[in-house]
Amino acid sequence: MTQQQTAGPPSAGHADLAEEFLDRQTPLSRIRNILHRYPALSPAIVLLIAVVVFGLLNDRFLRVENLSLITQQVAVVGTLAIAQTLIILTAGIDLSVGAVMILSSMVIAQLSVSNGIPGPIALLAGLAVGLGSGALNGFLVTRFRLPPFIVTLGTLNIFIALTLLYSGGSTVRGSAMPEMLTWLGSTFPIGPVRISTGVLMMLLLYVAMAFILGKTAWGRHVYAVGDDKEAARLAGIPVNRVLMSVYLAAGAVLAIGAWIQIGRTNAASPNAGVDLNLDSITAVVIGGTSLFGGRGSIWGSLLGALIVGVFRNGLSLAGLDVLYQTLAVGILIIIAVSVDQWIRKVKS
Amino acid sequence: MTTTEFEAPRTETREPILKARNLVKTFGRVVGLDGVSLDLYPGEVLAVIGDNGAGKSTLIKCLTGAEVPDTGELFVSGEQVHFKRPQDARVHGIETVYQNLAVSPALDVASNLFLGREERLPGPLGSLFRILDTKGMRRKAKEELTRLGISTLQDVTVPVENLSGGQRQAVAVARAAAFGSKVVVLDEPTAALGVRESNQVLQLVRDLRDRGLPVILISHNMPHVFDVADRIHIQRLGKCAATITPQSHTMTDAVAIMTGAAKA
Repeated sequence: MTQQQTAGPPSAGHADLAEEFLDRQTPLSRIRNILHRYPALSPAIVLLIAVVVFGLLNDRFLRVENLSLITQQVAVVGTLAIAQTLIILTAGIDLSVGAVMILSSMVIAQLSVSNGIPGPIALLAGLAVGLGSGALNGFLVTRFRLPPFIVTLGTLNIFIALTLLYSGGSTVRGSAMPEMLTWLGSTFPIGPVRISTGVLMMLLLYVAMAFILGKTAWGRHVYAVGDDKEAARLAGIPVNRVLMSVYLAAGAVLAIGAWIQIGRTNAASPNAGVDLNLDSITAVVIGGTSLFGGRGSIWGSLLGALIVGVFRNGLSLAGLDVLYQTLAVGILIIIAVSVDQWIRKVKS
Repeated sequence: MTTTEFEAPRTETREPILKARNLVKTFGRVVGLDGVSLDLYPGEVLAVIGDNGAGKSTLIKCLTGAEVPDTGELFVSGEQVHFKRPQDARVHGIETVYQNLAVSPALDVASNLFLGREERLPGPLGSLFRILDTKGMRRKAKEELTRLGISTLQDVTVPVENLSGGQRQAVAVARAAAFGSKVVVLDEPTAALGVRESNQVLQLVRDLRDRGLPVILISHNMPHVFDVADRIHIQRLGKCAATITPQSHTMTDAVAIMTGAAKA
């Protein structure tokens, strides 16, 4: 009996059940359904409001140079957020993204400066470090069935230690490196705007990843694995292979992130990016991707990274102490997760 | 109560599509299957019933590649097969609808129908850039649902989690029917459904049989089993206690055999 009651009023008879479902919506649940269908919509609205409010508070905020600066400030976190999104979509989490990126950047810098290895080969070595780190995380997650949180908590410390051991704790300055390695820190003018190549590279990665996630079977399998692992397995999806490929893809993205980081800071420092792990998770969560996996959009993560950048920049232009930026980001995270929980209730 | 095993004479002369011989499966010291044999003939609904722990699920898992039997033989259309994974069974045309549905809640109906066997666009867009043929799959999904007479599911772009239990079951059954070229296995398809939704699923089972696709139906629900099954395989304590038909035995007989109150 209860089953029939939930299926709809008896008077509905043979009417289309999907129609009934739509008919029973209140305005609020209709909003929820739209947000559910387009997970990047809520961060887009937040970003728009934030830009308008900060623009009204301080007229310097909306200047082209300032907006360009914000994009440059989010280039590295935005790139790490791509890797983080991939892993969170599979219902995992990667605490080691920042550490992998720093390790990769140190290998690139040291090889070229200390060992005199040409730029392209140094970059390939950095890519190998990213892929190797991803393979290690993926191997531990798929073979030993350890929770990604624990695996990456462990590898986070391993990668930090390896970075310090390898680099001896010293920073490599960008001026010592071949030009190619710092190329992603350069800018070029388009009209009054100076465009950073690092930002362009990040955007390129977003376009590529959005295409792969949205248009290919692999992308669909990533979502399916995060949504319901057992269901994906029974549907014939090689779950472990998908997970492994996700960690490898994330590692490759992190290596490109290392290149962007060298350009952005004009250096490779083993002590940089302590906050990057959590910042990337923040961007993904604010971007509307569910920590429970299977739901979210890669564009949301870009918006999430931009929201954090806009808040930090806007609050500092408004003359507020950096502590308030951190406070604001904390509140944003809580709100974003609450909204996610509310949206997920669409599950009837 | 009759105690002889009853088999419809029409089925004896035909080659079974799926044949299992002396399947044994142990889990540590627990014996899940203790030498079970099973035949599935073309165009029939074979129900598998049994008490909890009688080995129904283990039997089905061995038939569909979800578990590998310790010993025993499996034949599909007379040809011996060894299933290591669910995909192996699928390759041989055996499609399964699992009790937990195996649908991906956040994906839409069309994506779920094609999950794990997505189709790509023709030409270099598909082969080189590996772009999915989303429109084509949606169209085919709609055609398949119409063909199966599932009228309540017209919008194939709705996420499955927005559907009722019966509709989700219909999606899972439709997936099996669309790709199952030889056998469709349904594990407790009506367990979580209301009366009306159950009837829709049972009608789907009949439609599949009428299209010549044999169905293995695992169920606890005796009225449902006696409603659609042509033959009933009764599992008890890891063994096949009897194979009966709704004509030869009553529901009470079946329950008696199932619980060991009567010998078949």
